[in-house]
Amino acid sequence: MADAANGRGGFGAWLLDPKRRGALLVTPAITILFVMNIFPLLWSFGLSFFNYKASSLRVPSFRGLSNYERVLTDDKVWERFQTTAIIVGSSVILQLIIGFLLALMFAKAFPMRRIVLMLVLTPMMLSFVSVGVFFKLFYEPTFGVVSYLLSNFSDERFVVMGSPAGAIAGIVIADAWMWSPFVMLLVLAGLVSVPKYLYEAAEIDRASAWRRFWTITFPYIKSLLLLAVLFRTIETFKLFDIVYIITEGGPGSSTETIAVYLYRTAFQFFQTSQSSALAYIVLFIVVVMTNLYLYTVNRRAEEVN
Amino acid sequence: MARRYREIGKAGWGYTLITTLVGLVYFSPVLWIILTAFKTRTDALAVPPKLFFTPTLDNFVSVFYRSSITTGSSQATDMALYFFNSIFIAGTSVGLALIVGTLAAYAFSRYPLKGNDTYLFIILTTRMMPPIVVIIPIFLMFRLSGLAGSYWGIILLYTAFNIPFSVWLVKSFFDELNPEIEDAARMDGASESRVFFRFCIPQILAGLAATFVFGLILTWNEFLFALLLTGVETRTVPVAMARTLGGEVGVDYGLLAAIVTLFLLPIFFVTFLLQNQLLRGVTFGTVKK
Repeated sequence: MADAANGRGGFGAWLLDPKRRGALLVTPAITILFVMNIFPLLWSFGLSFFNYKASSLRVPSFRGLSNYERVLTDDKVWERFQTTAIIVGSSVILQLIIGFLLALMFAKAFPMRRIVLMLVLTPMMLSFVSVGVFFKLFYEPTFGVVSYLLSNFSDERFVVMGSPAGAIAGIVIADAWMWSPFVMLLVLAGLVSVPKYLYEAAEIDRASAWRRFWTITFPYIKSLLLLAVLFRTIETFKLFDIVYIITEGGPGSSTETIAVYLYRTAFQFFQTSQSSALAYIVLFIVVVMTNLYLYTVNRRAEEVN
Repeated sequence: MARRYREIGKAGWGYTLITTLVGLVYFSPVLWIILTAFKTRTDALAVPPKLFFTPTLDNFVSVFYRSSITTGSSQATDMALYFFNSIFIAGTSVGLALIVGTLAAYAFSRYPLKGNDTYLFIILTTRMMPPIVVIIPIFLMFRLSGLAGSYWGIILLYTAFNIPFSVWLVKSFFDELNPEIEDAARMDGASESRVFFRFCIPQILAGLAATFVFGLILTWNEFLFALLLTGVETRTVPVAMARTLGGEVGVDYGLLAAIVTLFLLPIFFVTFLLQNQLLRGVTFGTVKK
């Protein structure tokens, strides 16, 4: 790049000046992000103050904050937030437990570790659609495997997707199954970052396994566990595909997550402005969580150094 | 991964046996899908579920060829096109994001700008943001500009979605290189582009490959945008799969299982090859080994 700048005057030289090299290299990335992400975000921010329906040709009129007011005072919206919180909470806890146990299992070196690890990692590679479609089949009352297995334990036929609690459990299990390997990878990173000499010292002191865990291992994986919780919370908060395919929000609206509800208001009822307002509230929550995530990342970086 | 980790202790074949069992239990839903792909329609829906059956390749054939009931002649389905679309769209957009993202990552790593962290934060937020937040304006934008249903629209969109991830991940690889070697090369008269292409890039090739694979997994499986923004000609496999669900004669699970299996295979093998780099990828490059 520097040799291209040599012997050239005017705009080219100005543009390729070493002082501007950093900015120049960043420009293409920022441009694409601006066109496809930031500009739409601003547009949607504007829409949230108007009365606009994507399905009608009426000229939108300015409504100030009334969309936000309507969304924030809507009982339905709060219900969807609660549903989302229940699903996120139980799924993340389940992922933590399973992921943690799996990580302990894989922290040791053993023959064929690479292959066994691959078995556990596969769910992460499936698409949400595949997971959704097949868990739907597993839960299917007449020929689903899960329903068949459950029927061995009770005389009455249990329809997994028939009750709100069953449907939520069904979604949580599918999501937790798909993403526990992610938590496992993070915890594994923490487990192997523990300096070996600490364990050797503990061995000399004859510390119990429990004590070894709390005083040596746990401090090293604490921040990674927090990272896993935050990252998975942010991701599960957006959960759409699995819910949309397994239950479509049903029965009733018992599994309608905030993402599914947003999709409905925007593309089935075409309440474009109201859904933009709700989208902004969701975005606000995500930005707060992302801040927490970055804070944890930085703390982890300090710990490691 | 095995080589890079300093594992805690070593275990023998007995341990392998136990972990394999646990691994198989965890893997069993996938195994069930793969088995279903080899079952006939009756076997797939048998009650109680059949564990032993005569395998058939019919489902894999009918992913691409459908025999007409009336004439008996077989006819190609559109599935080959959808597989091509998935490969083309994901491949192109992840590749573009990698090129653009690597340039930006190099700049963030070597030429820290004022407010560097703010830019990085904004970039990360665009990745964390629920797609549903931007989808309304993007939908309107695509409708107005005529990008809806075109390859370029969806490719550009996916490129934008992969950039944050590429920047963060590739930056973590650049950060680990020793800048003194680059300075030494500069002293010897190497040009900036030579330093970048001859010294930096070769050292992080494995990392770039891992970034590519990760982007590929995410993009390959994307559903919501593909559902709303692709047309008949540009439809991707996840969308086609979801549409297969709404068949008039009940869902053909054997066929679906065959599609899922075929769709999983490429990602599975690429991931297996790049397992060592996996950890950095899942954590966005924010966590070092």
